Amino acid sequence: MSIQLETVRHIARLANLEFSEEELGIFARQIDSILVYIDKLNELDTQRVEPTSHVTQKDQAFREDRVAPSLEVLRALANSPETKDGHFSVPKVIG
Amino acid sequence: MRELFRLTGSEQLSLIRSREISAEEATRACLARMEAVEPRVLAFRCVLRDAALSDARAIDAAFSRGEDPGPLAGLPIAIKDVICLAGHPTTCGSRTLGGFIPAFDATVIERLRNAGAVLFGKTNMDEFAMGSSTENSAYEKTRNPWDLGRVPGGSSGGSAAAVAADMVPLALGSDTGGSIRQPAAFCGVPGLKTTYGRVSRFGLVAFASSLDQIGPFGKSVEDIARSLAVIAGQDPHDSTSASVPVPDYVEELSRGLAPLRIGVPREYFPRGLDSQVGDAVRFVLDRARALGARVEEISLPHTDYAIPTYYILATAEASSNLARYDGVRYGFRAAGAKDLAEMYRRSRSAGFGKEVRRRIMLGTYVLSSGYYDAYYLKAQKVRTLLRNDFVEAFQQVDLIITPTTPSVAFRFGEKTEDPLQMYLSDIFTATINLVGIPALSLPCALSREGLPIGLQVVGPPFGEARLLSAAAALESDLNFRARHRPKALDP
Repeated sequence: MSIQLETVRHIARLANLEFSEEELGIFARQIDSILVYIDKLNELDTQRVEPTSHVTQKDQAFREDRVAPSLEVLRALANSPETKDGHFSVPKVIG
Repeated sequence: MRELFRLTGSEQLSLIRSREISAEEATRACLARMEAVEPRVLAFRCVLRDAALSDARAIDAAFSRGEDPGPLAGLPIAIKDVICLAGHPTTCGSRTLGGFIPAFDATVIERLRNAGAVLFGKTNMDEFAMGSSTENSAYEKTRNPWDLGRVPGGSSGGSAAAVAADMVPLALGSDTGGSIRQPAAFCGVPGLKTTYGRVSRFGLVAFASSLDQIGPFGKSVEDIARSLAVIAGQDPHDSTSASVPVPDYVEELSRGLAPLRIGVPREYFPRGLDSQVGDAVRFVLDRARALGARVEEISLPHTDYAIPTYYILATAEASSNLARYDGVRYGFRAAGAKDLAEMYRRSRSAGFGKEVRRRIMLGTYVLSSGYYDAYYLKAQKVRTLLRNDFVEAFQQVDLIITPTTPSVAFRFGEKTEDPLQMYLSDIFTATINLVGIPALSLPCALSREGLPIGLQVVGPPFGEARLLSAAAALESDLNFRARHRPKALDP
């Protein structure tokens, strides 16, 4: 296996996900086999190829910057697990 | 008259329009059919019974006032649960969005309402549209109406199954790598992925933003044309929606096949292809020749590189899009975390299912420092090569025909343990999303086991009108719908 467990742990931290040791092992093996498959792309010489990020490569869409009504605060908060005084509420950020 | 629920959307529409039946009768017929078969199919996340009936009655009232309620007046339509419908739960097949109720309608919903369509219910799907069997739904496993022991395909499995089971004449799905066309093929109904930018994505919960498109399932190609005519067009809420004019898809349906050049890419008939699928597609190509089309072999030389490219780009975009599920503004929040970082981690880990976490991990990996050039940039470059393949092909031919899937619908659990095998079921469809062009899956034959086989008709950018008229010509020649129906529900 070419991907290290430590790398998988690092990626999990970046992705804000946590796994049991057992899950971590299974994921590492599965991701590894997908990566081996993905390595197939290295058969292609792409040095002179421009990347495509979007298929409709038109100019950016612009509109006038005009103030218009948007979602009211109470409706925007309606799906939040926890709110307080018209704001989203979260656990302490700094310990 | 045949049972009402068996009619195509277009047939139901003309009965409603001529007032031979009321919109309420059409909706009630669908509701009754749904009650009879849904316990075996499990296509829906929720059915909007009362809202649908009151919408239908409003259409009838408009008709009796002498008004025209719109091109889809009174026609029930099911909506994949990844599209926001104000005031009704939208789960995306995920625990994370268990209690989520959108505050606004997606643009496609607004357009359907304005066209007089009756919003019938929300359909089941793979979590966040990630999957090819609908087995990744956190809620239920939708069954294939042709064989209840098999998957309907995915990720829009609920929409495909609902139409195939005659519960609704129309449904919307979304397609990122085949999520409309593959279930359409498995369930024996037509399904269209539109050109990227043809249909607004506003209100579609994002999976991979440069690939996602909304599109219709119907009982006939005409159903597809009628619904596309309503949902297509530029939207100020989606900056990637195209300003290209929307042609009259219904008017252009009768153009036929005669002068068309059809390309058949040799790379889409590999050794691993189910021979029944290959034979069925070759039979249709013979019919196309008989109908006056010129059929020629072409090459799309980078085909083998499409799935690896797709899984880099789709997972990278997904890992970024799904970062928003942090338990703050919406979605599941784990209780008892001592600080914000722990709250994020625990909420996301408990809220997302296995496949979603696997793809977020893969996407985060390919975007992470030190790997970006090797994976993400490389894939973007190969995307250019794939696109060039099609640009060249469309200088030579008007349309391309391929199988939609390498095999017919598989059994539950058959591919769940091996993600790579599951990914490979998108081998003929995912390329199309990378290139951003339209493609429709058309049922063309039944396998020996009695399962539908789908044919994929691919067109150049914004070539939907041509594509649909060719598909309609093949459809009326093959007559699949009149010859076959899912026996698992009505033996």
